[in-house]
Amino acid sequence: MNEFFSILKPELLITAIIFILLFVKITKTMKTSALLLLIQGLLLLNFVGGFFFNTEGNLFGDMYFSNHLLMMQKSILNLAVFLISLLFANCLRHHEHLPEYFILMLSALLGMFFMISSQNMLMFYLSLELATIPVAAMANFDLEKKASSEAAMKMILSSAFSSGILLFGISMLYGATGTISFNEIPFALDGSVLNILILVFIFTAFAFKLSIVPFHLWTADVYEGAPMATSAFLSVVSKGSVAFIFITMLYKVFQPMSETWYNMLIILSIATMVIGNLFAMRQQNIKRFLAFSSIAQVGFIMVAISSGSAKGISSVVYFVLIYVFSNLAAFGVASVIATQSGKERIDAYKGLYKTNPFLSWVLALALFSLAGIPPTAGFFGKLFLISAGAFKANYGYIAFVALNMIVSLYYYLVIVRAMFMDRNEQPIEKIHLHPANKIGLIICAGGIVCIGLISWIFDHIQSLVG
Amino acid sequence: MNLTYLILLPLFTAALVLLARNASQVKVISLLGSVAQLILSVGLYVAYRKEMVAGNTAQMFFEADYKWFPAWNIGFHIGVDGISVAMILLTAFVVVAGVLVSWNVSKMTKEFYFLLILLSLGAYGFFISLDLFVLFFFLEIAVIPKYLLIGVWGSGKKEYSANKLALMLMGGSALVLVGLLGLYFSYAGHSFDLMKLSSIHIPIQIQKICFPLLFVGFGVFTAIFPFHTWVPDGHSSAPTAGSMFLAGISMKLGGYGCLRVATFLMPDAAKEYATIIIILSSIAIIYGAFATMMQKDLKYINAYSSVSHCGFVLLGIGMLTQTALTGAVMQMVSHGLMTALFFAVIGMIYERTHTRMVQEMGGLLKVMPFIATTLFIVGLCSLGLPGLSGFVAEMTIFVGSWSHPDNFHRIATIIACMSIVVTAVYILRAIGQTAMGPLKEEYSTLTDAKWNEKAAVIVLLAGILAIGIAPGWLNDLVRPATEIITQKIGAVK
Repeated sequence: MNEFFSILKPELLITAIIFILLFVKITKTMKTSALLLLIQGLLLLNFVGGFFFNTEGNLFGDMYFSNHLLMMQKSILNLAVFLISLLFANCLRHHEHLPEYFILMLSALLGMFFMISSQNMLMFYLSLELATIPVAAMANFDLEKKASSEAAMKMILSSAFSSGILLFGISMLYGATGTISFNEIPFALDGSVLNILILVFIFTAFAFKLSIVPFHLWTADVYEGAPMATSAFLSVVSKGSVAFIFITMLYKVFQPMSETWYNMLIILSIATMVIGNLFAMRQQNIKRFLAFSSIAQVGFIMVAISSGSAKGISSVVYFVLIYVFSNLAAFGVASVIATQSGKERIDAYKGLYKTNPFLSWVLALALFSLAGIPPTAGFFGKLFLISAGAFKANYGYIAFVALNMIVSLYYYLVIVRAMFMDRNEQPIEKIHLHPANKIGLIICAGGIVCIGLISWIFDHIQSLVG
Repeated sequence: MNLTYLILLPLFTAALVLLARNASQVKVISLLGSVAQLILSVGLYVAYRKEMVAGNTAQMFFEADYKWFPAWNIGFHIGVDGISVAMILLTAFVVVAGVLVSWNVSKMTKEFYFLLILLSLGAYGFFISLDLFVLFFFLEIAVIPKYLLIGVWGSGKKEYSANKLALMLMGGSALVLVGLLGLYFSYAGHSFDLMKLSSIHIPIQIQKICFPLLFVGFGVFTAIFPFHTWVPDGHSSAPTAGSMFLAGISMKLGGYGCLRVATFLMPDAAKEYATIIIILSSIAIIYGAFATMMQKDLKYINAYSSVSHCGFVLLGIGMLTQTALTGAVMQMVSHGLMTALFFAVIGMIYERTHTRMVQEMGGLLKVMPFIATTLFIVGLCSLGLPGLSGFVAEMTIFVGSWSHPDNFHRIATIIACMSIVVTAVYILRAIGQTAMGPLKEEYSTLTDAKWNEKAAVIVLLAGILAIGIAPGWLNDLVRPATEIITQKIGAVK
């Protein structure tokens, strides 16, 4: 019984927080500002709690599995959610449905935890749905805005579509192999045409969730319409968790078909990087810009996944950790500016350095980290992704990936240039930062600067991967 | 001597700059920091010298290997040989002069000096690293400072130049990255360590792919033809100290990388591709020189002549003889000092006349004798007058390349020699029009150099004269290191 609690600890903690918020909501005793503080405190406790009493083991008849690497992945997601609660304090503080918002977010997170721990297609499918449907409700949370409902609609339709494809794939898989357990499937796969078809269907479902080109079309619209906190959650937490289970799926379940998925990954990652980069260059809205940049980043993640090695796993986990800090910092600054001044266009950022030097530096650091320039952590993250991909000794592909980094640098510099160099008669006025925002941004900036230079973190992740 | 001080000192200075209260504190801290760094670098030279005299025959001195990402077999491996010491000395001189010249920067002083110090940190780290990952890290660390220095404090079409420079240099480093990964996987058990990689024979097929990637990638930094186009725009748009750092230090990173990484690790491929390198560098030398003749802006004149002068560096590397390689390193040091001084003087003139157009000036010798005289000296150094550093370096390269008995190498040498005549034409014309002739009325009230400008000039001139008058010390410093490289090349069948 004791073991049950320690294995299932991350999920139980999240459930406990959900219940606490539910009671607070029903009793209506707290003001929203105090409530936000409570939520932040609980999430911090949850994050810290993730490091103690961790045990490996199976539960529910081998449907659920946990080890130290998965605990680490869950801690990264916990950290991201804690940072979201800090960084978006400005816009969430006055929302009357604040507890519901976090209940939804934590339900999605709970789904993700079960998803990355799943050992069985059934468990996987259920938890994937749990991780998706609350996010659609979160996308609809700007209740007065039409764009927000539109985003939610697009999100739910495309998720339903991808779930359908996934279910079809799973049912074929069951038909072909007679099992849905992750441990048994690899031995039943024989590489026949039907198996390839199964892989294509399941891969497609993942491609929807990760917004891999050509299944990315929902991304930019949803990011643009949804509240900023939801977009940030989608781009960091949701992408990260799906990337984790994607690795398990490919490396473990479809291990016998590694040749096939390797080729699929190479082709789609090239398409993803190119399309993401080309579209990001032309964006005028900061949210759409970040949407396309996150599509391009997924392309880089796929490079490492294609290696099929332990280095591939560790570098993806490491990159997601860095991505949490860099992308959340970028979204955080954009959200503070959008809440205060209502401006979301990149043109409006001209001359920002004059009035808001702190925000400008944080955003610049985040963008340099996303572009992969030292001394920021993004440099190490990107470099390790590419190095892992180079294990297959396909240097033409690696050269292509490296050249894509230059294209991405170009559009990240557009914003840096707007903030630091372009003149503007009426720049965005001095923005008053809520203390929570400030703390969140400082944590992000600190993470961006330090995580790369402290090599212990990568080595720790590597030792967990084994 | 512990080499980490060379990185820690700029880091410490940069941190202090961030904490400083006002602009004058920032300047004083930066100056003290850079002077301390200069003393440290001279101390490094003295310590190195002492070891050499004591008969230490190790390839790398003061080696240290700290753990950094052991999962990837990456170590923070540092050490210096003669070439690195020469480049570190060059960097230290240019940084002190750059800090002094920027004394009048009033726009965002703190950020400006912070970025300058960060840029110098990248250079120091680059020159001492013996692990290719660390080397690449320090190579790229300078991208942000360069971009911001040009884009924020520059003049003219600065945004365009900053973008062009950042993207082209990033493109160069992307090629370097792929080449480095090729080397990394060619070592059994995977390693980025320069010494480990140099101890094995890298398979010839890998050399054939990686050498061009690395040479062109580093070559972009040192303006290899046809990837030199960022140089004129970047240099002319940058603020004075920015141009000095770019031409004096940053371009040398490329030459050092071509020599230390590409040629040293892959001698077979270096021999194979030497012809192409020589052709490209000869084109750069001649093309740069003729392009300079057409320029009317002083900064463009120096920028294009940098393309020509850096061509000599690559020519020396392409010749692959010991004398030519030594000459290439000497040319890097000499050109670094000379071009930094040239940009410093141009900056001083521009600050006073508010123009850099040659035909709008005239007779400046009468109102600012110190600045105009420096312009003369640096111009003569650029065209290779004996007694100044340019002559020593170029002469060494020519002697080294002439020692090849075949026609191809000799014709390339003759072409390179002829460019000196073209250099003389444009330099003398530019200086003559600027400093001599009738003085324009609006310039009659201009003042001569102030203390900080004089100090900057003296620091750099001291370096130029030290090489020009007594080149032996630099030769002794560099020769043992180039000998190891030529031995490796000689061992190739």
